[in-house]
Amino acid sequence: MGSQVHGTQSFDKAKRAELKFSEEAMKTVETIISRYPAGKQKSALLPVLHVAQAEFGGWLSPEAMDYVASVLNIKPIEVFEVASFYTMYNLKPVGKCVLEVCQTSSCWLNGAEDIVKYIEKKLGIKVGETTRDGMFTLKVAECLGSCGTAPMMQCGASYHENLTYEKVDAILDNYKTEGKQRNYTDLDYKNTL
Amino acid sequence: MGRKLLIHNDKVPNIHTLEVYRAHGGYASVEKALKTMTPDQVTDEVKKSGLRGRGGAGFPTGMKWSFLAKPEGVPRFLVCNADESEPGTFKDRYLMEKIPHALIEGMITSSYALGANQSYIYIRGEYFYVARILEQAIREAYAAGWLGKNILGTNYSLDLSVQVGGGAYICGEETALLESLEGKRGNPRIKPPFPAVAGLWGCPTVVNNVETIAAVCPIVMMGGEEYAKIGIGKSTGTKLISASGHINKPGVYEIELGVPVEEFIYSEEYCGGIRNGKKLKAVVAGGSSVPILPTELILKTAKGEHRLMTYESLADGGFQTGTMLGSGGFIVMDEDTSIVKNLFTFTRFYHHESCGQCSPCREGTGWMEKILKKFLNGTATEVDVDLLWDVQSKIEGKTICPLGEAAAWPVAAAIRHFKHEFLEIARNKKFVDISHYERLNAIKA
Ligand SMILES: Cc1cc2nc3c(=O)[nH]c(=O)nc-3n(C[C@H](O)[C@H](O)[C@H](O)COP(=O)(O)O)c2cc1C
Ligand code: SF4
Ligand code: FES
Repeated sequence: MGSQVHGTQSFDKAKRAELKFSEEAMKTVETIISRYPAGKQKSALLPVLHVAQAEFGGWLSPEAMDYVASVLNIKPIEVFEVASFYTMYNLKPVGKCVLEVCQTSSCWLNGAEDIVKYIEKKLGIKVGETTRDGMFTLKVAECLGSCGTAPMMQCGASYHENLTYEKVDAILDNYKTEGKQRNYTDLDYKNTL
Repeated sequence: MGRKLLIHNDKVPNIHTLEVYRAHGGYASVEKALKTMTPDQVTDEVKKSGLRGRGGAGFPTGMKWSFLAKPEGVPRFLVCNADESEPGTFKDRYLMEKIPHALIEGMITSSYALGANQSYIYIRGEYFYVARILEQAIREAYAAGWLGKNILGTNYSLDLSVQVGGGAYICGEETALLESLEGKRGNPRIKPPFPAVAGLWGCPTVVNNVETIAAVCPIVMMGGEEYAKIGIGKSTGTKLISASGHINKPGVYEIELGVPVEEFIYSEEYCGGIRNGKKLKAVVAGGSSVPILPTELILKTAKGEHRLMTYESLADGGFQTGTMLGSGGFIVMDEDTSIVKNLFTFTRFYHHESCGQCSPCREGTGWMEKILKKFLNGTATEVDVDLLWDVQSKIEGKTICPLGEAAAWPVAAAIRHFKHEFLEIARNKKFVDISHYERLNAIKA
């Protein structure tokens, strides 16, 4: 993925036409834009990209980014610049549930590495990979502000804390049964605080 | 028991709702400020309180507020820094999740003092669910007339909204945060101009941490002078400490500044001592960026005085033998911890989070991570310790923002106080990595 892919050459009008926010998502987007003074709608970019990612399959394709640019009336490159800077935007397809295990100090002190290894073994994938059924992608993350309840992982909007192998089993089973795409924007988040 | 001003109601059922929060005295500071004080009087109380920024740098809040430029006809903004990404720090999340109205109340009172009619809370994207909690609380506050036009029938109006980030530690740096709030990459700006003159959309802006803003409410209620009586010297008031690592009771504690470090670690009121009956080895007292200290130096200063949880006492001895209070991210390590490996997790973090604008930071963090990796895979030699020292020493003071030095300091401190660990690995040509679960099993057996 690079700017050449995203340039006008590969600009696929037909594909872009397919992408459109649902009515509900569009309402959310309008609410977000209304938080900024007139003419400053670019400020809405980060939150709107989260909406787009949730709407369009959990990742931001070049077409999705172009669509966001057109909605905010900014240049496609302005969107790509931002989407490629921040870690929460996926520029490649991912599984329905992206498991992000924190690997920084406090989590490491409390066994984050063991948890990562356990998930790798359980799902038969390595960090960065997606299970063949498209259900799970495993990632490592940097401190997620949950150090007092380490080790922890995030999946969509949910924080899963004080992880043990048993807890991981239960969480993954639950997601698998549910079979839903999990997004940061989800309202039905779980957290253990 | 120390006094608590910020999270004393955290266990009250439904304290996250406006109704319960109000029933426990919530929004009183808005009433007092808007009805009986001028904006400058509020700022004066904050000055008198001695409150220092709780985001890490400890800059006096009242002074920061008085620097805000006030040109006619130009809007001013208050932006709350809820990016909280410094490893070891999770206090802002706790406050916002448990008592969201405490932040909103602080935002209203502070915005009034600064003459801001539009304010933002910029929260790290990973805290999306916390943003939901805040948004719900903001809706309640609007409905009850605490936000919006002519609050409490005065001619003061305020709009408040939340913006979620996209995942980037650097957006905690205030100018990167403003860039991000403008919908751009989080590249810190070259200063001057400072945000107080040219901040959000080029307008005068104050950026303050969540806890700083929440502390304005008790200050307005009790008066700056009363607030300043809590604590010791220039470390006034209470502070939220995020305690994690090998302790019996990790969590967020509100302390009166001045509690002895030893008491904080060992008393039942706070961390409850080291887990599994192990001995203390080292502490990172103020978030990943501050120097790590070994047991003898964290409990007592080089002069042999008890070290206290204050800005001054923790910094006693400078970087040679002291550290910093920073963001209050207190990470405790027991005797079995590998300082080298812990450092590796920090350095990997900074390398990952460098925005890439300055070569010393972008390249330096990468080199340091690479060298540390050699220690972990047993290929490092003694020369690598010097090389690591050399690389870290060439970052400080040579970058646009302080992330560069924040990456260098932990490396310098680890070598300063634990050089023998690096040398031992280099000499033995091997790093023995005992996993957490292996350790636990060994303890049980
Ligand atoms: C790399 C870096 C990361 C920072 N992260 C945060 C943060 O997450 N939260 C915060 O309040 N301040 C953070 N700061 C400090 C801010 O730049 C700024 O000083 C602070 O928000 C001011 O608020 P205060 O005076 O109330 O502490 C960070 C600074 C740097 C250099
Ligand atoms: S010091 Fe690092 S994070 Fe800060 S501006 Fe320079 S490259 Fe970016
Ligand atoms: S170190 Fe893992 S959440 Fe902070």
